Amino acid sequence: MELLVASGIGAMTAAGVYLLLRARTFPVIIGVALLSYAVNVFLFATGRLAVHRPPVISDDAAGYTDPLPQALVLTAIVISFGMTALVTILALRAYLECGTDAVDTPELDATAQEWGIQTGPAGEAAEAERR
Amino acid sequence: MSLVLIALLPFAGALLPALMIRAGRNACALSTGAVTLTALVLLLAEAPAVLNGEVVQNRFDWVPLLGLQATFFLDGLGLFFAGLILTIGLLIILYARFYLSKDDPMGQFYVFLLLFQGAMVGIVLSDNILLLLVFWELTSLSSFLLIGYWKHLPEGRQGARMALAVTGGGGLAMIAGMLILGDIAGSYDLTTILQQREAIQASPLYLPALVLILLGCFTKSAQFPFHFWLPHAMAAPTPVSAYLHSATMVKAGLFLMARMWPVLAGTEAWFYLVATTGLVTLVVGAGIALFKDDLKALLAYSTVSHLGLVTMLLGFGTPMAAVAAVFHILNHATFKAALFMTAGIIDHETHTRDIKRLGGLAGLMPVTATIGIVAALSMAGVAPLNGFISKEMMLEEALHTPWAGNPWILPALVALGALLSAAYSFRFVAHVFLGPKRDDYPHHPHDPPTGMWLAPALLVAAVVAIGLLPALVAGPLVALTAGAVIGGPLPDYYLSLWHGLTPALGVSLLAVLGGLVLLWRHRPLEAWWLALPRPEAKRLFDRGVEAAATICQRTTEALHDGSLRRYLAILVTAVLLVGGGAFLQGGHGAGTRPMLTAPVLPVLAWALLVGACLSLVLLHRNRLLALIATSVVGLTVSMAFIYLSAPDLALTQISVEVVTTILLLLALNLLPKRTPLDSSLPRRSRDGLLAVLSGLGAGALAFAFMTRDFETISDYHLAQSYPGGGGTNVVNVILVDFRGFDTFGEIIVLGIASLAIFALLDGALHGPALRRLSNWQPDQRRAQDLHPLMLVVATRVMLPLSIMVGLYIFLRGHNSPGGGFIAGLVVAIALLMQYMASGFAWAQQRMQLNYHGVMAAGVIIAGLTGIGAWLAGRPFLTSDFGYVTIPPLEKFELATAMGFDVGVFLTVVGSVMLALANLSRVFRRTEGPVSDRPMDIDPSLDPRTAGRS
Repeated sequence: MELLVASGIGAMTAAGVYLLLRARTFPVIIGVALLSYAVNVFLFATGRLAVHRPPVISDDAAGYTDPLPQALVLTAIVISFGMTALVTILALRAYLECGTDAVDTPELDATAQEWGIQTGPAGEAAEAERR
Repeated sequence: MSLVLIALLPFAGALLPALMIRAGRNACALSTGAVTLTALVLLLAEAPAVLNGEVVQNRFDWVPLLGLQATFFLDGLGLFFAGLILTIGLLIILYARFYLSKDDPMGQFYVFLLLFQGAMVGIVLSDNILLLLVFWELTSLSSFLLIGYWKHLPEGRQGARMALAVTGGGGLAMIAGMLILGDIAGSYDLTTILQQREAIQASPLYLPALVLILLGCFTKSAQFPFHFWLPHAMAAPTPVSAYLHSATMVKAGLFLMARMWPVLAGTEAWFYLVATTGLVTLVVGAGIALFKDDLKALLAYSTVSHLGLVTMLLGFGTPMAAVAAVFHILNHATFKAALFMTAGIIDHETHTRDIKRLGGLAGLMPVTATIGIVAALSMAGVAPLNGFISKEMMLEEALHTPWAGNPWILPALVALGALLSAAYSFRFVAHVFLGPKRDDYPHHPHDPPTGMWLAPALLVAAVVAIGLLPALVAGPLVALTAGAVIGGPLPDYYLSLWHGLTPALGVSLLAVLGGLVLLWRHRPLEAWWLALPRPEAKRLFDRGVEAAATICQRTTEALHDGSLRRYLAILVTAVLLVGGGAFLQGGHGAGTRPMLTAPVLPVLAWALLVGACLSLVLLHRNRLLALIATSVVGLTVSMAFIYLSAPDLALTQISVEVVTTILLLLALNLLPKRTPLDSSLPRRSRDGLLAVLSGLGAGALAFAFMTRDFETISDYHLAQSYPGGGGTNVVNVILVDFRGFDTFGEIIVLGIASLAIFALLDGALHGPALRRLSNWQPDQRRAQDLHPLMLVVATRVMLPLSIMVGLYIFLRGHNSPGGGFIAGLVVAIALLMQYMASGFAWAQQRMQLNYHGVMAAGVIIAGLTGIGAWLAGRPFLTSDFGYVTIPPLEKFELATAMGFDVGVFLTVVGSVMLALANLSRVFRRTEGPVSDRPMDIDPSLDPRTAGRS
C-alpha cells in the first residue's frame, strides 16, 4: 500500500512538474493543481497510512489514525483551491489584456513597441528630455 | 543609566531641530546646542569617577541570544573621545548657524548632525562590539546624509556615494573581523576581550581578524590606499568637513585601533600592517596636499597625512608612541577644525577657495588671518604651538624605530613627511594671507560676524594654551587617555616645549627650513608635479563601480530574463540538487515499519491515477481532455482519502474538485481550447528529465518516511478532543478549537484571494480587455439551448436539498465528518449551479446577496467568537461548550466553536460565490442579447414575443 501511495505521489509530481514547465498558462495551471494534489497527499502521508481508523472518537473504534496531518491538509486543500482560482483568473485576465496566453514575457523590444516606448539611444534621449 | 542617556540623547534630540526650525533659525541652532550641551554636562558629571580610575558601566540585555547587550562603559579613552566629539560639536553648531545661508534647510542639517553625533558617541561608549558595529554603520549612514547635504550639487551626491561605498565596505569587513574576535575571546564585551591579549594573539584566527578589523579602521580613517574618498567628501558644507573630516568621524578608525591596542598591538603583523600603512599615508598625503589649490582639498590631504601619522604611532606598538598618538589626536582636532572653519570663512567672504585667486587677506580680514596663521603654524609643527610638541614626540619615537632591520628608512621618510607638511602649511599661510592685496577677489572680503569666528578662535586659544603649558592644560587628560589605551603603567615622559638639544629638534628645524625652501621653489615644483602621470582615484573608483554594476546587470538579466519557464526550471533544478546532495550525503536503508497489504481495489485506483497522469502529459494539448484527466486524478485522491481513514479530507477534496472544475471550465470558455506545440524536442526532453527526477525524488521520500515509525503529538488531541473540545470528530475539533488561530488566518487568506479575483475580474471590464470581450467570437459551435431544460429543472429541484445537506454536514461536523469548510463548499456549489443553468442575469436578479458582505460577516463572526473568550478572561479563541434541549428536538450540543465554524462557513460561501459569480459576470459581456428567462430554447427567438404573437 505504501508503495502505491508513494508512486502515486511520484506520478502526480512528475506530471505536475512537466506541465509546470510548459509555455502556456493553462497547462501551467493544471501543473500547479497536480502539484497541490501531490503535496497534499504527501503531507497527509506524514501521519502514516491506516485503514479503518478514522479519527472520530467512538467506543467501538479499534484505534485512530493521526488526526493532525489531516487537519493541516484540510486547510491546505482549501488554500490550494484559492490559489488555483487566483492563478486561473490571473491567466484569464492576462489573456484578455494581451491576446496571448504565453507565460514568458515577450522580448523587451516587442513589448516596448506595443506600448509605444522608444528604446535604445533615441529612447534615452527622450527620457533625458522629459526630465 | 546616564551613559545610555548620553549616547541616546543626540538621537532623541534629533527631532528637536526639525520642529524648532519653525520658530526660526536661532531657536533651531539653540535647541540643537542645548541637546549637545546636556549630553556634555552629563558626560562631565561622570568625569570625576573616571579621573579616580574607575570604569563606569551601564548595561541592559538587548538580544541576549545573539550575545548582543546594550552595554556602555566609560574609561579614559571613551571620556577623551566623547568629550572631543561633544565639545567640537558644540562649536560646529555655533559656526554652522552663521555659515549656512538662508536657502539651506537648516533644520535638516542639524537633524543629520545630531544623528551623526549620537552615532559617534555611541561608538566611543559601547562596551559591546556588536553594538559598536551598529553605531559604526550609523556614522557611515549619517555622514552620507551630511556629505550629500547640498543635494543639488552632483559632486556632493557623488562624494557621498563614494564615502558610503568605501567606509561601508570597510565596515562589512570589520563586522567579520569583530565576529571572529568575539569568537576567539568567547565574549562580545569589550571589557572581557581587552583582558585576553595572550589568547587572542595565540589564536590562528588572529591574523584574519586583525586584517579585517584594520580594513574597517583604514577605510574609515582614510588611510592609503583608501584615502581617496576624503577629498571628495569635501563637497560637503564646511561645518561638516570641520566636524566629520577633521575632528571626529575619520578619527573613529584611530579610536578603534587605540581601543583594541592592548589586545591587538605588539605583534610583528600589527607593526608592519599598521605602521607601514600609516607611514605611506603620512608621506603621500603630505605630498599631494602641497600641490592642491583648493583650500579644502589641501586641508583634506593634510588630514589624510596627519591621520597617517597617528596610525603610524599606534602601529609602533610602544607605550610611548601611544602617548604621542593620543596627544596628537587632541592637537590635530584643535588646529585642523580651526583651519577648516577658517577656510569656510574665506570661502564665505571671498566666494572662492582657490589659493591661486587669494593672497593678501591679512590686511583685509585680520581676525580670520590671525586665527588661520596660528593654526597653520601649529600644523607645520612650529614652536611654541601644540602641533610642535606632539610632532617632536613622534619624531623622537620614529628615530628609534628600525623598519625590517634598516634603522634609516623610517626616520628618513618621516622627516620627508614632516618637511612636506611644513611646506604645505607655509603655503597656506603665505599664499592666502600674506603678499600684496589684490583687487580681483570674486567678492570683496572683510571679517565675518563674531559668531562665525568665535568657534575657531576658541580652538586656536586651545592651540596656544596647550603649546605654552602642555603639562598643565593637557597633561592630566593625555595621561588618563593614554593609560586607558595602554591598559598598563604609563611610560616615563613629560609634556614640555623644551627637551634639550635632541635629534628630534634637529629634524624639526630641518623640516621647517626645508619647508621654507619648498615654498620658495613652489612654482617650478608644481610644474614638475603636474607633468607627472598620476592615477586618478575617482576615475578608477567610478570604473570599478561601473564594472560591478555591469556584472550585476548581466547576472540579473541572465537569471531574470522574463521567462517564467526558465525561473521554474532553475527552481526545480535547485531543489533537485539540494535534495540529491542531501540524499547522497546521508545514510539510507530500508524502513522497518510493517507495510499495509494492497487489495485489488486500491491497485485499480492506483492504475487509474497513474494512467490519468500519463495521459495528462501526453494529451495535455487538448485542454478539455486535460481537464477531465485532472478531475480523474482529483477524484482518485478523494477515494484514497476515504480508504485511508480520512473522511473529512475526502469530503473536502470532492467538493473542492467540483468547484475547481467549474471554474476551469468557465475559464476555458474564453481561453484557447488547444495548446500549440511550441517547445522543441530537446526542451521537452529536458523538462521530461526534470519531471521524472522530481517524481522519483518525491515518491522515494514519501516511501522512506512512510516505512518508518514516528512519534506524534496527536495523542493529546485524541485524548482531549471530547473532554476539552466537546466534539468527537478530532479533525474538526483541531480545526475550530486546538488550532483555531490557524484556521482563522486561513479563512482570511481565502477571503483575500477572492477579493483579488474580484479586482482582477472587475478590471477586465475596462480597456483592451473589454474590447476583446465585446468582440469575442465563440471559437466552437454552441448548443442551441443556452439554458437546457433538464439542467434547469434538476438544479432547481436540487437547490433546497443541497442546502439541507449543507446544513446537515455543518451541524454534524463537530462529531462526525463534516464541518464549516465542507458545508460552505456544498452550499456554494448548489448556488453556483443556478448560475450555470440559467445564466448570470437571471440568477443575479434572484440572488441579491452581497457576497463581499457574506465573506466579511464570516470573518467578523469568527473573530468575535474568538474575542468572546476574552470576556470570560480566557485567551483568544478558547472554546466552551454545553448541552441544551429545545423541544421537540433531541438534546444537542452547543459549543462556542460552532460560532467559529459559522464564520468559516460564511467565509467559504462568500469567497467562492464572489469569485465565480464575477467570472460569469464577465462572460455576460461576450453574449449578445441577454435573456433573463430561466430556460429558453433559442435565444434568437424571444419566447415572450413568441407567446404573445
